[in-house]
Amino acid sequence: MHIRIRNGRVIDPANAVDAQLDVFVADGKIVAVGKEMNGFQADEEINADGHWVIPGLVDLAARMREPGLEHKATIASETRAAAASGITTLCCPPDTLPIIDTPAVAELIQKRAEQAGFANLHPIAALTKGLQGENLSEMASLKNAGCVAVYNTIPLANTQIQRLAMEYAATHNLIVFISPVDPWLSNNGCVHEGRVSTRLGLPGIPTAAETAAVARDLALVEQVGVHTHFTRISTARAARMIARAQYDGLPVTADVCAHQFHLTEMDICEYDSNCHVIPPFRTQRDLEGLREAISQNVIQAICSDHQPHEPDAKLAPFGSTLPGISALETLLPLSLRLIDEENLPVSETIRRITSGPANILNTGAGTLGTGRQADICIMDPEKIWQLSSADMVSHGHNTPFANWEFKGKAVVTLFKGRVVYRHNQNTLNG
Amino acid sequence: MNLQVDDKGRLRHFLSIDGLDRDILTDILDTAESFAGVTEQSIKKVPLLRGKTIVNLFFEPSTRTRTTFELAAKRLSADVLNININTSSASKGETLLDTLRNLEAMHSDMFVVRHADSGAANFIASHALPHVSVINAGDGWHSHPTQAMLDMFTIRRHKKEFKNLKVVIVGDILHSRVARSQILALNTLGTSEVRIVAPRTLIPAKIESLGVHVHHDLESGIRDADVIIMLRLQNERMKSALLPSEHEYFHLYGLTEEKLSAARPDAIVMHPGPINRGIEMDSQVADGSRSVILQQVSYGIAVRMAVMSMAMRSQQGSGGQE
Repeated sequence: MHIRIRNGRVIDPANAVDAQLDVFVADGKIVAVGKEMNGFQADEEINADGHWVIPGLVDLAARMREPGLEHKATIASETRAAAASGITTLCCPPDTLPIIDTPAVAELIQKRAEQAGFANLHPIAALTKGLQGENLSEMASLKNAGCVAVYNTIPLANTQIQRLAMEYAATHNLIVFISPVDPWLSNNGCVHEGRVSTRLGLPGIPTAAETAAVARDLALVEQVGVHTHFTRISTARAARMIARAQYDGLPVTADVCAHQFHLTEMDICEYDSNCHVIPPFRTQRDLEGLREAISQNVIQAICSDHQPHEPDAKLAPFGSTLPGISALETLLPLSLRLIDEENLPVSETIRRITSGPANILNTGAGTLGTGRQADICIMDPEKIWQLSSADMVSHGHNTPFANWEFKGKAVVTLFKGRVVYRHNQNTLNG
Repeated sequence: MNLQVDDKGRLRHFLSIDGLDRDILTDILDTAESFAGVTEQSIKKVPLLRGKTIVNLFFEPSTRTRTTFELAAKRLSADVLNININTSSASKGETLLDTLRNLEAMHSDMFVVRHADSGAANFIASHALPHVSVINAGDGWHSHPTQAMLDMFTIRRHKKEFKNLKVVIVGDILHSRVARSQILALNTLGTSEVRIVAPRTLIPAKIESLGVHVHHDLESGIRDADVIIMLRLQNERMKSALLPSEHEYFHLYGLTEEKLSAARPDAIVMHPGPINRGIEMDSQVADGSRSVILQQVSYGIAVRMAVMSMAMRSQQGSGGQE
């Protein structure tokens, strides 16, 4: 299959490309980006006039709910939702059932994604067996089975085990993902500790629950020297600590989820369970600090932190609901808002959702370089649309962004050189 | 959008003091005043809610609050159903929403709800059928509005007006739905100064945003106070590193006649009950001339009658029978 994507604005931050060009795709790969390619016979032409042609998005944190929680969603349903959102590479955290601590589970996940055929799905392995924080997982075997990083979604209380796990991961050249939280300080909280927790009488998670963990883990990174990736940070203070560590030359990267720099504790209003997320929505000052850290490349990646739920999971008093947002479909539009709201250059904004996260994983995704797998998102940057939770592609309709108006939408997604999503049949037919 | 008032501004549910204005709170106090007369008569019933079914839905154990709600409902001639669901059996299967739908199917008109989750009453009110009113009888650490209103009623009976009062709340503010509701009610009614007194481990973050002055020392906190409200201290606080011991707590924050001398001579002492004698206060104070603790309990019936009848009035109005 030969596809020519004509005349779009090709934005490929990894190769410093931002120009009106054609993209030539053959047999699943990008064979050229330019004005013309001699001898190229296109089976299909996509007219991308007035559109942006960007690498397929790379999402470092998305729950597929499979295996184990298929009543919420499946790999097929969620990778399809990813394709409809311009996302072609996803990483799933290890807290599936069973947990990703054996090669069999890692292989199953990749196989299901291959069968579905909508996106690359990279499992992230548990750092310790069963995420229990006691014995190391078989990291070398898990890496061989396709796991791209190791991560304990349940924070490790024992500092010695954290250190040893990091040493062992470093031995096998594995990136350690950490969502920094001190389990004692977070103390079963469900919202940010502040005005809103006090007014609503909900147990709060103080800022120090995050910063204390970042401080501890930065000390360990300095000791061990393993590439550590802080995922889904929520406070401005943590971002500044990570900036300082990067300045000092520590091998540290970070991501933030898109909702975290759009909503604050105030959005919980009267117990809106769609705003129940962990880490919790923080203050306006945190939101601004996170945006600044994105601008300054302290935070190299924006993730969705996609967590689809069945409706019942959110139908209870706030503290008894399950945390998380069905977020694949808002990753691109929420990120694009930084262009207008923060004057973040277009190429930098695109970088945070493509090559930025891809470089953290070292997978080679997230670019439109010649010879790369043709994972491409064609988007209409001017398209104004409203999110309707009922019309979401994901099985999870739990979103606090229902009825928000967005500008910019993925209209065609290519995965391995095949069109896996087209906004409607008439869109961009050559 | 305020769930608690209907389109005519009348009380529809009573979930929290938050979002209610001074007129509504004053209306509750005035209505309670008219019922206080009833409860003091020998025939203690009025037929306002005859034929109505009120369900006391308690997911947390309670004697005092449930009993006064029951008495209030019966004095309004309503039929009362008490349902106690301990959380362990609730967690075995049926969701809160299923429980609610089942009770609605029995044609209940009002739910009086107590639940360990903050926001439970709001949740039930936002999912209840349009003709059902919800009264919050305490949700988590969030709100206990009828307790706050009976406290306001007690203060108004003894002090007439709120505007020149200094009111002090002493104790575990962090875990107290009563304190949160009292603070909001006192400020809405125009109290000149609301203080809280507690060690920092028992004070929630940014409490100043609710309009209080924070004291850590009982003596400075109590100085020239007109009203002193002592909160109940749960003994599990001692197990969770919030406090070292009951002994030290009583030494620092327990109310004694001696400490009380810093307050105004006509100060009243209140407590939502049940009292831990020798922890929150000594018996001399609890049983002393300035204690109004037992009056609080009896005013509780009048205040709950007021809230129930007002919420039901709103329902009847919306039914187009005016």
